[in-house]
Amino acid sequence: MSALTDPQPRATSRIWGKLSRNKSALVGATVVIVFIALALLAPVLPIADPTGTDWGAIRKPPSVAAWMGTDELGRDVLARMIWGARASLLAGVVSVLIAVAIGVPFGLIAGYFGGWTDSIISRVTEALLAMPFLIMAIALAAFLGPSLTNAMIAIGLSAVPIFIRLTRGQVLSVKTEDYVEGARAIGLGHVPIMTRYILPNVFPPILVQATLTIATAIIAEAALSFLGLGQQPPAPSWGSMLNTAKNFLSQAPWMAIWPGAGIFLVVMGFNLLGDGLRDALDPREH
Amino acid sequence: MLLFILRRILIAIPTLILVSMFVFALQKLLPGDPILVMAGEDRDPEVIALLREKYRMNDPIMMQYLYWAGGVLRGDLGVSLRTNEPVLSLIASKLPVTIQLAVMSMLFALFIGIPAGILSAVRKGTWVDWLANLVALSGLSIPNFWLGLMLILLVSVNLGWLPASGYESPFVDLKKSLTTMIMPAFVLGTALAATLMRHTRSAMLGVLQADYVRTARAKGLRGRVVVMKHAFRNAVLPVVTLTALLFGELLAGAVLTEQIFTIPGFGKLIVDAVFNRDYAVVQGVVLCTAVGFIVMNLIADVLYMLLNPRLRTAQ
Amino acid sequence: MKTAKLSTVLLASVAMTTSAFAADLRIGLQEDPDALDTDQARTFVGRIVFESLCDKLVNITPALEFVPELATAWAWSDDGLTLIMQLRDDVVFHDGTPFDAKAVVANIDRSKTLAESRRKSELASVESATATGPHEVTFSLASPDATLIAQLSDRAGMMLSPTAAAEKGLELANDPVCSGPYKFVERIQQDRIVLEKFAGHYNADSYSFDRLIFLPIPDTTVRLANLRSGDLDMLERLAPSDAPAVRADANLAFAAETSLGYQGITINVANGARSEGPLGQDKRVRQALSLAIDREVINQVVFEGTYTAGNQPFAPTSPWYDQSNPVPPRDVDAAKALLAEAGLDGISIEVQAANNPVQLQLMQVVQAMAAEAGIDISIRATEFATLLQEQTAGNFDGSQVGWSGRTDPDGNIHAFMTCQGGLNDSKFCSAEVDALLNEARLSNDPADRKAKYDAANVILRDEMPIIYLYHQTWLWAMSNKVQGFTAYPDGMIRLAGVTMQ
Repeated sequence: MSALTDPQPRATSRIWGKLSRNKSALVGATVVIVFIALALLAPVLPIADPTGTDWGAIRKPPSVAAWMGTDELGRDVLARMIWGARASLLAGVVSVLIAVAIGVPFGLIAGYFGGWTDSIISRVTEALLAMPFLIMAIALAAFLGPSLTNAMIAIGLSAVPIFIRLTRGQVLSVKTEDYVEGARAIGLGHVPIMTRYILPNVFPPILVQATLTIATAIIAEAALSFLGLGQQPPAPSWGSMLNTAKNFLSQAPWMAIWPGAGIFLVVMGFNLLGDGLRDALDPREH
Repeated sequence: MLLFILRRILIAIPTLILVSMFVFALQKLLPGDPILVMAGEDRDPEVIALLREKYRMNDPIMMQYLYWAGGVLRGDLGVSLRTNEPVLSLIASKLPVTIQLAVMSMLFALFIGIPAGILSAVRKGTWVDWLANLVALSGLSIPNFWLGLMLILLVSVNLGWLPASGYESPFVDLKKSLTTMIMPAFVLGTALAATLMRHTRSAMLGVLQADYVRTARAKGLRGRVVVMKHAFRNAVLPVVTLTALLFGELLAGAVLTEQIFTIPGFGKLIVDAVFNRDYAVVQGVVLCTAVGFIVMNLIADVLYMLLNPRLRTAQ
Repeated sequence: MKTAKLSTVLLASVAMTTSAFAADLRIGLQEDPDALDTDQARTFVGRIVFESLCDKLVNITPALEFVPELATAWAWSDDGLTLIMQLRDDVVFHDGTPFDAKAVVANIDRSKTLAESRRKSELASVESATATGPHEVTFSLASPDATLIAQLSDRAGMMLSPTAAAEKGLELANDPVCSGPYKFVERIQQDRIVLEKFAGHYNADSYSFDRLIFLPIPDTTVRLANLRSGDLDMLERLAPSDAPAVRADANLAFAAETSLGYQGITINVANGARSEGPLGQDKRVRQALSLAIDREVINQVVFEGTYTAGNQPFAPTSPWYDQSNPVPPRDVDAAKALLAEAGLDGISIEVQAANNPVQLQLMQVVQAMAAEAGIDISIRATEFATLLQEQTAGNFDGSQVGWSGRTDPDGNIHAFMTCQGGLNDSKFCSAEVDALLNEARLSNDPADRKAKYDAANVILRDEMPIIYLYHQTWLWAMSNKVQGFTAYPDGMIRLAGVTMQ
């Protein structure tokens, strides 16, 4: 874990400089940006209708007409891949936003106030962490009912304890710093101290963790959809495409290969970016 | 030392109580009426009323929890709503399967991850390091259920080399047991191997730059001796702790792997139970997993104490 | 205690793997069966295991005629209130208890009185069963019941050892004792059920396998891969998409038989507030939806042409099917016209479906077809437990659901379409249909019953509380070494006369 000793949030430009010299981070960022662009441009790209069925072209292998082949209802797999990227990226980002939005405040409160507040939050966090992430997500998604939104909520909630613990630990390491003591001495309230002095200094590791958790969340969304608990038909997501594809594994392997490759690439992109961010934000040199 | 362990156990108790409450609440939140499924295709209203009574579905939720928790303390986790089998004996029959899978994956991960981590640390900046990092990153990024599907397609369906599913106890037929478990263990072990490799690498890098290693090198000790005797011994500490922690997570990671390879273990038990709304089984299995996780954490802490000479003498 | 028992089981299985491997039959099942107690059991897949484990009073032929099994003969009284059955006298249960009239009485009593029994409604008409001779049992009925023989040819007619049943109670599910050709050895949930040959069976010579091993493997691709690699000898419910490959494989044999059940869309016509839309209130909208669907294309696209398109609760292969009203062709224009007549130029409805790829593929095809007629369907995928709950609670417009089918036609229609029917989730209610179906139940004259079912179906095809879509075909794949297998419309695996070359 990075030990932050700087009194002020470090200069953004220096981080950018380090990040842009980090080759893997650049590769990661490029992959992520390409997929985000594809996902955003899906409505205007010259691709087939992702839900357009064609009974005459059921499970056709890749061809000039359909570059990635067609699926069990004769739909264009390429179009579904691109639209599916929306679901995967959205799921990754939104669920992490949910986790950060809930986890960071609780972590801040626990770390800052200490005492019984901390004890309660920490015990609950530990108990939540003791329940496996994916099992939590499966149970929550089953509870909320199968849909992409609910899958995002389920994954987000399951990831909350990770951010509580991380934030709390970071807060503990900075709250005795001089600048925090100073802010307290001039009589600032708890909330301004937490938001203006502590949060900016604990933010970098949270950003790194968030980037890496996006990668985990994308896989988790795929896993939930694979179990039928995510994106609902006929809208595509990579996980639900895999769920269907597993029934046609030997007759139409392309239906399974592309979505898996898509998940792999995007997740790899976020992992590279997260690693790069960590290196750039970590004061220690490797 | 003993005091430390005792304190850790005491802290674990409220955590466990909280876990049991979460587990109970979680499954009560699940939609769908298991009684309707249990009553069978004919849905006899008399049977439905009786089952509700029998499984205390009509009691207030607090009473249901106390009743269940009381049972747990007496070692009674209830019976499966689906087959009438006691949950405890179900768990007892599934646990060895998942433990075998976890151990095999862990062995695979250790044999690949640690040497690869050492090698890439020693050869930092060379193509070996680069390649090891790339493979590790791929291992972390690949969805293991997809890897499983692809392996089934390639190795079982197309080549016919290994069975695509099933389980055999190693005490009944060792060879069969191993052949059915190789693919799942590989799939489950991939991400672990990657995590271990990355941690070993960074621990080794830290140690290799430390003074005593530099001194040893300066004294003219051969490279391999330095690496193994001085550097690795010190780098192993965080890795051992991590291994214990990962082991707890492995039980959870088995969920999808067991689903894909139709392995009758813990993971398959829980997913099927969630889908069948087999409440008693969901509760029992999640509770056991959580206890396992807490115990592995405890072990990791104790190992850390035992292996770290500075902490040991400090006590 | 437990470990001791476990280790003996382990040792026993070691001994068996070494001694008798040549004569094992390994059968891949699509799901893991539920409780292995004929009174508590409720799943289709469980019946496959019971078929080898337990004998029934009555058996069926592939043409659905009733033939003797444990009962050698039976006769009805003229008023249809008494059924007298003669029983075999050479049968023993797996625990050595002899099978006689008292055993039958004990079984019927258990089915009717055990709190957890799922057989109560099947035997509702039976007031009492009495042993009127050592091997003669008399059933007294409260009212005539044409379906009773059919019930006795299924789980309600399967005989458990009365000694074991009395001793073990509900625990019998974990160690069932019947009188079938194979006896129970062990079960590991979600992994396997092992049966071994029962030498004391009266017809033991017809059964050539020493052991049966049932392996639940839900994934169809994996199940087939196991058959190809020789890890299975046979599998049930082959995925239709795999049928062409199995037919083309010289090492594999293929068997198919249209099932007794149906799949369709149940429409909420009177079950709470959700029935108040045009779909529930105006039969023309339901007729339009039905006309918009091309059932033959569904069969080709989703089921590779292996299933049978349907428009009635009985399959076209069934003697109860009304041949004069075959499956209607798709007619989008007529569908649009009906909608227009109902004053609509389009309608949005929600249909729930079980959350599995096949059912969802089916619904997506229906969705695409209905859209062309101006009916916009949104699909809500739910797990089966939730689907049933929503259905009973009336929380649905339409529900894609089916029925596994019964030998007697009454079992496919009465509980669904009578006003008070226990499975009538659409809450369709018509005095005329009620009268027809109730009368058909009392009559023992097949021609008379057929006329009544035809008449009821005319009304149901007009009102459409259920839009019937197709009839599943049971598909089996097996090694070509497995010889003599006969496909039955009930989807069971009967092993008498089946051999391995």
